[in-house]
Amino acid sequence: MKLLNLIKIASRSLRKNKMRVFLTMLGIIIGVASVISMLAIGEGSRQNIEASVSSLGTNTVMIYPGSVNQGGVRMGAGSYSTLTQKDADVLATRCEYLTEVSPVVMRSSQVIAGSQNWHTMVVGGYNSYISIRSLKIESGNLFSSGDQRNAAKVCVIGQTVSTNLFGEGTDPVGQFIRINSIPFRVIGLLEKKGQNTFGQDQDDIIIAPFSTVQKRMLSGMYVNNILASSRSEGDMENAKEQVTEILRLQHKLGQEDEDDFTVRSQADIANVFGSISKVLTILLASIASISLLVGGIGIMNIMLVSVTERTREIGIRMAVGAKSRDVLFQFMIESVFISFIGGLIGILFGILVSQLVARFGGWPVVITASSVLLSFAFSAIVGIFFGWYPARKAAGLNPIDALRYE
Amino acid sequence: MTTTNNLISVKNLSKVYEMGDFEVHALRDVTLEIQKGSFVAVMGPSGSGKSTFMNILGCLDNPTSGEYYLDGIDVLKLDKNELATLRNNKIGFIFQSFNILPRTSALENVELPLLYNGKINAKERTERASEALRSVGLADRLHYLPSQLSGGQQQRVAIARALVNNPLIIMADEPTGNLDTHASYEIMDIFQQLNGKGITILMVTHEPDIADFALSNILFRDGQIISNETVQNRKLAKEELPKLPSIKMEVTAK
Ligand SMILES: Nc1ncnc2c1ncn2[C@@H]1O[C@H](COP(=O)(O)OP(=O)(O)OP(=O)(O)O)[C@@H](O)[C@H]1O
Ligand SMILES: [Mg+2]
Repeated sequence: MKLLNLIKIASRSLRKNKMRVFLTMLGIIIGVASVISMLAIGEGSRQNIEASVSSLGTNTVMIYPGSVNQGGVRMGAGSYSTLTQKDADVLATRCEYLTEVSPVVMRSSQVIAGSQNWHTMVVGGYNSYISIRSLKIESGNLFSSGDQRNAAKVCVIGQTVSTNLFGEGTDPVGQFIRINSIPFRVIGLLEKKGQNTFGQDQDDIIIAPFSTVQKRMLSGMYVNNILASSRSEGDMENAKEQVTEILRLQHKLGQEDEDDFTVRSQADIANVFGSISKVLTILLASIASISLLVGGIGIMNIMLVSVTERTREIGIRMAVGAKSRDVLFQFMIESVFISFIGGLIGILFGILVSQLVARFGGWPVVITASSVLLSFAFSAIVGIFFGWYPARKAAGLNPIDALRYE
Repeated sequence: MTTTNNLISVKNLSKVYEMGDFEVHALRDVTLEIQKGSFVAVMGPSGSGKSTFMNILGCLDNPTSGEYYLDGIDVLKLDKNELATLRNNKIGFIFQSFNILPRTSALENVELPLLYNGKINAKERTERASEALRSVGLADRLHYLPSQLSGGQQQRVAIARALVNNPLIIMADEPTGNLDTHASYEIMDIFQQLNGKGITILMVTHEPDIADFALSNILFRDGQIISNETVQNRKLAKEELPKLPSIKMEVTAK
């Protein structure tokens, strides 16, 4: 009965002060929505990075020309020319920890099919390149070792290339394309892989036998990098050591010479990306915390600005017989209501914003329960505290002092 | 300590305000007894302690020392919650500045004391609040907001609120201080009717012609009561109202 009365009192008070209620809720809504969407973006990119890194294959070993330490600056791949096909072949025969090895050359080229043309990246590798990178053939076949030996003018193409040259849904297998005016026969179509973490389209690629690209399209004997698979994840470190040993010997490096190549495992790359995404998440989390803080300060301001009016109101209530605990309870009900409704709207808004970012920004988002709980709890605590605190002060006054408060 | 007829009995009541280095003696050893059914007007110059006295009697403030019995209850022994209940059940307080809740209809304002009285259900609450408003002549203004009411009407809402819990005593601190003569006399009319029903009324006023509506007058000076006299030619609001020049007509037709 008494509780019902207090709920009645609180709901009347809320209805009388729509503006204040709205502004307080706004603070909570902004706080909750921004935390949820920021953390959703952060978490989304983290998972996306993880997924695309692990899609490289967990056993992958990458060998780049040039040293991390050279000149103190790491130049982009291709800035150095120290690796050759021979290195790859030596590794394949002598390194027992590696199962597959492929030298990789790349060249960005203009491709023409009929009246259509397209600019894309042409990669030359052994046929093991496909399995090392965990790529799959959707239709047609992969080129064979024979094609590699003969430098056959055949290739497999990615979905984007296929769509742009032959149109959506057409099977390109058997068609001819001209890469830098050289005619190639398309013998396979790769499965769709989508974008990687950096928004790069992984389907915008043509893969041809290493010797074909090397001999027919490039000059020189250097390769862009060497890609390999270790026997197992556990053999990764051994593989890296052995690769280093073999290549140093192969490159005839002396005791004091630095490595003229860099060996990276999948785990190394995952770590780098992991720390990038951690930084990103921390950044977004701090933006979100600031919004929470701003929202919290907004709530605090509204509450403090209305303290005078509310203190007088409390004086009136106490003068007609409200007990301190009645007043406190009323204010508690009010602020819990505001915080919860505001929090719920904030959650909806957060989800909405995340979805918009996902849809129109093409950015992956993952809404986590912890971000929802965290932001909701924080806002609720701020809202309830600042609703309750001035009330507690006022309820402790003599009614007459509350009435005279200014 | 109290005889049966004494509704209020105060003894050596003092109130001292500490103002930094010096003290303000707002009340000095006030001793007074008020009987049930009294209608007392409290007069005195500004700063003489009238409001301080009323606030203490109304249990809105504490004295520094002294004794205070209300309806036989030793008020100064009560804790805050008991005081709140006392204010709710026995006292109706009316302020010079109305002190009604803004943006809240007349009806809801009057219902307020009943909401803090757990024994009254919603139906009875609305009935009693409407009845109280009717008794102060606001039957047609139940859902008006304070901002839509004249000063006199707002004060009548405050009176209705003071009445609604059937108090033993109504305490009014300059209830007509913000009102013109006509509105003031209407308030006096209500007070006299209530007093006629046996409700004790204690009222502060600056205006001698308002004090003449009471049964007795108390005069304060420097925090002390210097006289307590029965009103000789008591005026009746019913008779005085028609004599006023009828410049102000309330709109009653809708
Ligand atoms: N909260 C307070 N703090 C300090 N002094 C106060 C306080 N309230 C009242 N006083 C002092 O107490 C004295 C009595 O004040 P009180 O309000 O009772 O006067 P009053 O008789 O009601 O005057 P008025 O007719 O102007 O309303 C005054 O000197 C006043 O300055
Ligand atoms: Mg006064």
